[in-house]
Amino acid sequence: MAEAIALTRLAERLRSFPAPPETKIMEVCGTHTVAIRRSGVQHLLPGTVRLVSGPGCPVCVTPDRFIDEAVALARQGVTVTSFGDMLRVPGSRSSLEKERASGWDIRAVYSPLDALKIASDCGRETVFLAVGFETTAPVIAAAAMKALEKKIANFSLLTALRLVPPALKALIAIPQGDAAAQPPKGTGATAQPTAADTGLSGFLLPGHVSAVIGKQAYDFLPERRLPGVISGFAAEDIISSLLMLLDMHNKGIYKVMNNYPRVVRDDGNEKSRQVLAEVFEPVDADWRGLGAIPDSGLRLKAAYAALDARQRFAIQVENASPRGECRCGDVLRGLIDPPACPLFNKACRPDRPLGPCMVSSEGSCSAWVTYG
Amino acid sequence: MCLAVPMKVIEIKGDMAIVESAGLRREVGIMLLDKVKLKDWVLIHAGFAISKLTHKQARETLAIFEEGRFFG
Ligand code: SF4
Repeated sequence: MAEAIALTRLAERLRSFPAPPETKIMEVCGTHTVAIRRSGVQHLLPGTVRLVSGPGCPVCVTPDRFIDEAVALARQGVTVTSFGDMLRVPGSRSSLEKERASGWDIRAVYSPLDALKIASDCGRETVFLAVGFETTAPVIAAAAMKALEKKIANFSLLTALRLVPPALKALIAIPQGDAAAQPPKGTGATAQPTAADTGLSGFLLPGHVSAVIGKQAYDFLPERRLPGVISGFAAEDIISSLLMLLDMHNKGIYKVMNNYPRVVRDDGNEKSRQVLAEVFEPVDADWRGLGAIPDSGLRLKAAYAALDARQRFAIQVENASPRGECRCGDVLRGLIDPPACPLFNKACRPDRPLGPCMVSSEGSCSAWVTYG
Repeated sequence: MCLAVPMKVIEIKGDMAIVESAGLRREVGIMLLDKVKLKDWVLIHAGFAISKLTHKQARETLAIFEEGRFFG
């Protein structure tokens, strides 16, 4: 009861909180997108504040080519295992769900450990689709270490892991690398672009990604005069985090705050980062909507190359053709809200999705249709 | 996809543990955390404990807002 009253007060406070015109806050994480729309937080925002989705739905940012590779593997007779979310995502010609219906061995699993078990039970070549962010990458790294330890030689990974900070940097167009960050010699101080250039006023930062990478991973935000708040997923977490963001925005304070201390330590989880770094190293990677971003993906290190499905199998895919009118890429950059897509809830609906932002339950298009 | 649920450690077997919540039990990997102990609450994601929960509650944040101040 006391909690319900506290939540109501918090909600009222948000509704009447002062905020300048065109305040735009990006919720980076797909799990936040769903939590916000399910609890109706978007209806509690002051009139001048807009929440936009970011590139934090792993299924949504995975390029078509990856699905094409997975389909090609399945058609070679390889057992393909994946988190369930990926199965319905259309590649450029087919999806894993369609391939499964035509008889190829494609299985949804809850954990990469389940994939490992399938490999040791069935004895056939088994590939796990390694998709996700920093929350999931250490989990997959730990499973890779187990595969070597237990000598499960018929297990491998098709990787499309992605890292959140490089995507946020690309989104707010920070030059990548130290050299690029320096003003050219002899020109004096170059004007640093400000938050105004991006149209964003702050970031609601992903809770479980941050549990691994910690607060300091976002130090580039204050440098760009942008506040960020690491948030949990309950309505009161999200509302209080939004209040913190608006307060900082109003007062010109640019900090990264940890509003999820019951789960996230300020310095993240060192052990997880060690396991991740034992198995994977950064590599340039393609994102739907954002294009190629330096060091924003992960590939297996040389010591784990035996687990790389791309080295183990000859995977032939044609170049994917651009995806017609689907504007998922613009949705992922926070440039448009889903209803601005001409296909939204008409040709493209949750029961017959055309684009990945409608397929994934965490996709912005799907969340808009499901929860309004 | 980064969904994670809190569960309680009830048995430890090397780098695996049995965790429980609301009567549901599951075996998970604990090699991503330092010093997991019996009765710890941990956050489970894709078959692994990825974080330990502290007893610091979200209520603290609420209390601060009740007082109506955050940044001075
Ligand atoms: S509504 Fe469908 S077609 Fe339009 S952007 Fe979203 S996923 Fe793409």
